[in-house]
Amino acid sequence: MSLHAYLVLAALVFVIGLYGVLTRRNAVGILLGIELMLNAVNINLVAFARFHGDVAGLIFTLFTIAITVAEVAVGLAIVIVIFRVRKTIDADHLDLLRG
Amino acid sequence: MSVEVLGFYGVAVVLLASSLAVVLSPNLFHAVLFLAVALVATGGVFLLLQAPFLFGVQLLLYAGGVVTIVVFAIMLTERLVGERIGQASRYVFNGAVVSAAVLAGIVGFLLRSRAAGGGAAMAGDTTPEIGRALVGPFAAPLELLGVLLVASLLGALYFARTDD
Repeated sequence: MSLHAYLVLAALVFVIGLYGVLTRRNAVGILLGIELMLNAVNINLVAFARFHGDVAGLIFTLFTIAITVAEVAVGLAIVIVIFRVRKTIDADHLDLLRG
Repeated sequence: MSVEVLGFYGVAVVLLASSLAVVLSPNLFHAVLFLAVALVATGGVFLLLQAPFLFGVQLLLYAGGVVTIVVFAIMLTERLVGERIGQASRYVFNGAVVSAAVLAGIVGFLLRSRAAGGGAAMAGDTTPEIGRALVGPFAAPLELLGVLLVASLLGALYFARTDD
């Protein structure tokens, strides 16, 4: 398979995740969409590393995976705190900072 | 068709179908389970790209860790609210338009770009090279990553603590 095939696959996964982020009302659902988008970027990094013979892309993927795990842990902790305080995790109701 | 082509299309179909299920499933719990399928399929893509070490990391951290945490979060919030969390979507049309525009932009760029043919493609197992790079040029970022993980652990604990 050519590099382009992997890049198009990653682009499709990325826009599916973007659609999820834009349309989900639930804060946890939005986080799931972000997961998909980060995953698509990882596919890109590994594909470029493979087709250019550079190990740096694999290392970057390792780092983004670890950072994503940290991001999910903190993000879900924030969601649980918001739920405790506001009794909702509907993103449309969380407009405290709206001007 | 070679094994790689067949494997690519198989994994791609599973990945795209489960990704769509993640964003379209009306039940949030089912969405998380489909996310697990999508993450494992992404690991399959890594295998096709001859990165078996990343496949292992993907299974352990993503499919194992992230999915477990999200399931816990859903269980906790459902328990607290006492009813199943609704999962209605909003701005469906606008979201679809924006996503389609982004896809058109990316694919248009890819079509106009030359076939990238930089250095020689990697062959064989890349795990030893990853190990050498992690203790060589990428040693400092690796240590910083450890600091980040400790910080996020403490941050999550701080957020999730009870007041008393």
